[in-house]
Amino acid sequence: MAAAEKQPVTGAGPFNGLLTWIDQRFPLVQLWREHLAEYYAPKNFNFWYYFGSLALLVLVLQIVTGIFLTMHYKPDATQAFASVEYIMRDVPGGWLIRYLHSTGASAFFIVVYLHMFRGMLYGSYRQPRELIWIFGMLIYLSLMAEAFFGYLLPWGQMSYWGAQVIVNLFDAIPLIGPDLALWIRGDYVVSDATLNRFFSFHVIAIPLLLLGLVAAHIMALHEVGSNNPDGVEIKKTIDPRTGHPVDGIPFHPYYTVKDTLGAVVFLIVFCAIMFFLPEFGGYFLEYNNFIPADPLKTPPHIAPVWYFTPYYSILRAATENFMWVLAAGLIGYSILLVAAVKSNGARIAIVATGVVLLIGFFTIEPKVWGVALMGAAVLAFFGLPWLDQSPVKSIRYKGPLVKGALALFVVAFVILGYLGTVTVTEGRTLMAQVCTLIYFAFFLLMPWYTRMDRTRPEPARVTWQGAH
Amino acid sequence: MTRAGKLLAALLAAPALALAAEEVKLDRAPISEGDLISLQRGAQVFVNYCLNCHSAGYMRYNRLEELGLTAQQIRDNLIFTGAKVGDLMKTATDPKDAKEWFGAPPPDLTVIARARASTAGSGADWLYAYLRGFYRDPVRPTGWNNTVFQDVAMPHVLWQLQGEQVLKTEERALPGGKKEKAQKLALEKPGTMTPLEYDRLVADLVNYLVYMGEPAKSSRIEIGIYVLMFLGVMWVLAYALKKEYWKDVH
Repeated sequence: MAAAEKQPVTGAGPFNGLLTWIDQRFPLVQLWREHLAEYYAPKNFNFWYYFGSLALLVLVLQIVTGIFLTMHYKPDATQAFASVEYIMRDVPGGWLIRYLHSTGASAFFIVVYLHMFRGMLYGSYRQPRELIWIFGMLIYLSLMAEAFFGYLLPWGQMSYWGAQVIVNLFDAIPLIGPDLALWIRGDYVVSDATLNRFFSFHVIAIPLLLLGLVAAHIMALHEVGSNNPDGVEIKKTIDPRTGHPVDGIPFHPYYTVKDTLGAVVFLIVFCAIMFFLPEFGGYFLEYNNFIPADPLKTPPHIAPVWYFTPYYSILRAATENFMWVLAAGLIGYSILLVAAVKSNGARIAIVATGVVLLIGFFTIEPKVWGVALMGAAVLAFFGLPWLDQSPVKSIRYKGPLVKGALALFVVAFVILGYLGTVTVTEGRTLMAQVCTLIYFAFFLLMPWYTRMDRTRPEPARVTWQGAH
Repeated sequence: MTRAGKLLAALLAAPALALAAEEVKLDRAPISEGDLISLQRGAQVFVNYCLNCHSAGYMRYNRLEELGLTAQQIRDNLIFTGAKVGDLMKTATDPKDAKEWFGAPPPDLTVIARARASTAGSGADWLYAYLRGFYRDPVRPTGWNNTVFQDVAMPHVLWQLQGEQVLKTEERALPGGKKEKAQKLALEKPGTMTPLEYDRLVADLVNYLVYMGEPAKSSRIEIGIYVLMFLGVMWVLAYALKKEYWKDVH
């Protein structure tokens, strides 16, 4: 019997007996050691490394507040809007729960975007952490779905028309589009049927998926160990006496106390916004969403919530004229690829794909390509582990080319985000198109500029100036 | 990094300058949200003039106890419909009738002050401009039009108080011999109130509408201050704890 071989638990005072009893029936001590007390993390984590644990904190916050909101909310087209106001007025503390949830949604995306940016800064997606990155991207996709489904629930004008616009995007897919959109809505327009299924997805389907993916993300992370701002593997330098990495420290207590500090600072910022600016100037709670959904009255200006606006801008950038620019880009990129690959089979495949796309650009309407571009913009992140060919992981040892490309990408992303919140003008569309090109060039040209870049040699061990 | 920083700053600033759209800003509504007398008067104007056609269907009458009124005072002075003091502020007007009379059903006003906010100003600013912006327009079926809500379906309910305004187009001479056309409201027939009294009445009504949009606002801010103070203490403790543990990381 395995249970008999286990050592009794010590160090828990009066709970030693109980914990020993549990440990003989459940891998309690093993889990504690592998994931906390003896999970060795690099000691040189900086500011950017708070956002992983913060994302977990916000996830818990959203689930807990969500449970209480579900107790009072009514997923019914005739009662949904009123039930939200009922929560805001008649449910004791209801306004607090609702604002925690609505501010938490935006906070989730802020934290996740910064967490992703951290990965891009320090090459956290590089070998052997490709799967962590892929799980992370799947979490990001699920989060987008979660936010999209949840945004319909207050049943305001923006909820309604935002959902209408996004579901209509599926309409643009050739052949199956109209049937697919109908299948998603469950009706010919967004209606009570849509609200009910979105509620179901929002409160159970996607959260389950999210939790599973988060578990996989952390398990994969703890399998290979954390990256760090220097991008060097701490497992390469093991202390022969202890058998642990010289530059590693146990996650508990060092990072539990450090992340507690991070959580408090985050909560200060979060609460300052939540208590004093819950609408955040119309970005977290859109003004138009205080008008109940009216299927007969289209608002003059429909904009998604801020965290979707970069992709919304890319969608709107696909105009008739832009297809020529895309075609030129496609031809140029195909030539680059043909020159880069060695096998003739691959060359033929590239040319064939290019020709098919080129024909598609001018036979299928630009709107469809806008949808395709938007999808590609999200999916492009999945490719990073293989697109990045730099000999070093961390931005600290990369050269001006990669630094410049990343800076340009961030600026383009922010500008696209801003443009997605405002109405279109000719100048704005042009700017969105330029930023869209920068966005895709960042990913598509990465194999070349990361190799051409002037990098500095990585140090053998992490750089660290001792306790501050 | 400094060069990259400058480049970043320049790139960020350029579109901001290029995109800064010119937009009309609304005048700020002269309201003070903690003024109970103003809120009580606003509630009185609201139930007398607005609640006949508009509802405030998410707001209960007895919530007005927060404004320093007793349940009996609310029953005696603010309920005309036979509703109970714990009831929602519904209206007796059938939305179907209203649609026939005005062309559009009057919207519920509970959260109107939150819905009317925009980049041009807060919801209060818009409502303050709207309720003072009615003018005579013979082309409209109701005989009224509005400067901030073009071709509004609602007639000027407060016209006896304000009087009748007309929209006049004035030509102003600009320096350099150019002329500019400007539209201006002018009071043609005075009402029972002076313009100053009327503006005060509208400000009180708007103050009430803002309160009704989020009655929990004052407790939100009050609790928020305590929460931040608590988190401040937590920050000190968490910081000390982190420093204590990390001093042996070399």
